[in-house]
Amino acid sequence: MVFLRKAGDLPQSQRLRRPSALIGAGGVLAVLLAMGGLAHWNRTAALAGETREVKIDNYSFSPATLTVPVGTTVSWTNRDETIHTVVAQDAGHSFKSGGLDTDDKFSFTFDKPGSYVYICTVHPYMTGKIVVQ
Amino acid sequence: MSEPSNAKRTSKPELLGRDGLDRRGLLKCMAWAGAGVVWSVAGGVPRSMGLGDAYGASLAGLSFVQISDSHIGFNKAANPHPDATMTQAVASIRALPTPPAFLIHTGDITHLSKPEQYDMAAEIIKGANSEVHYVPGEHDWLDGGTAFKARHGDGTKGDGWYSFDSQGVHFVALVNVVNFKAGSLTSLGADQIAWLKDDVSGLASSTPIVVFTHIPMWAVFPKWGWGTEDSGEALALLKRFGSVTVLNGHIHQVLQKVEGNVAFHTAMSTAYPQPAPGAAASPGPLKVPADKLGSYLGVREVTYVEGQSSLAILDKPLTA
Repeated sequence: MVFLRKAGDLPQSQRLRRPSALIGAGGVLAVLLAMGGLAHWNRTAALAGETREVKIDNYSFSPATLTVPVGTTVSWTNRDETIHTVVAQDAGHSFKSGGLDTDDKFSFTFDKPGSYVYICTVHPYMTGKIVVQ
Repeated sequence: MSEPSNAKRTSKPELLGRDGLDRRGLLKCMAWAGAGVVWSVAGGVPRSMGLGDAYGASLAGLSFVQISDSHIGFNKAANPHPDATMTQAVASIRALPTPPAFLIHTGDITHLSKPEQYDMAAEIIKGANSEVHYVPGEHDWLDGGTAFKARHGDGTKGDGWYSFDSQGVHFVALVNVVNFKAGSLTSLGADQIAWLKDDVSGLASSTPIVVFTHIPMWAVFPKWGWGTEDSGEALALLKRFGSVTVLNGHIHQVLQKVEGNVAFHTAMSTAYPQPAPGAAASPGPLKVPADKLGSYLGVREVTYVEGQSSLAILDKPLTA
């Protein structure tokens, strides 16, 4: 379980970081000088629209902690025979799924950086976290 | 896989606590005799009776029925037709020799809080020809309680708690499916506890109290969320009463515990069984052979005979 979580997590975030790092380190000065805001546009385009999966299996979120860049859409799928929910624990409940039956999906796009703890309100000992950077 | 652990259908001895039923030699009296087991609670100490005794006893007092966890809308292998089993449960209520004064439904009426699921449940329960007092389960709160409150919220306080009296017994309906916090047990919340304090303040200590709620009011199995964080605060307010009975659902199996003046009873579901605490990796629906399902589902008849300060509790499976 731990191995799978890491295997799913690390390469993806590295893959996502690399283009921005390249732009930042190598070409940013030239690009900025030459094209103004285009560098920013490029970086956003590289990251937005990515979808990452969280599976709900056997009364747990997997991966339990997922780190994603701003603009990522996270999609949860309930693989259990019972219902679950995905509800953010911040004051305003930034995201809230309602009841997810078997194979139902819920997704949310993270536009703001932060650490989002969420639970299944039906089984509150099921907790997960999305870290948005 | 589940058969050995489930075949017992009683609480595991280690769950009863050091001052639990086992030490008092009460569980040895517990037997499943076809239609059910009878518990009579006299002076806070339960004892078992044969079914014949129960039916032979004077039932001139107050008799009511608890129905729980009907989960209308559930459609998985553990029971693809919870509407049919709920209908069967209602038929068994209608067939009782003593018609109940009313029904209490201890939550998870629906599986997904959907209006059509509430409608179906209401249509089925109408067959019992009886008034029904509801508390919500967490499955009835997936929409923030909107549909539940629209149907059953009249005359209730806060998120739906209330009390009423019937033939000298004080009934308290508590809601413990609203305040879920990450990684902890559910709770009643300070507002509800303050209300409870006020609600029972004027009652004589000899008044029998029946509390009904969805999630257990004792730590049955915290790892699966089977308990209520601040239940101790609520029960402390009931300490001075000679007879307190707490009825709940949520865990889809019969478990009992006695602590001082308080008798706790969790009820069967009418939809599907769940594993004994810790007997599986998760509390997911338990698949049992189709021809055995009825023996895991059922309703509960509770009788209070005035003057005897006793509650007779009969858990009735749908089939033997």
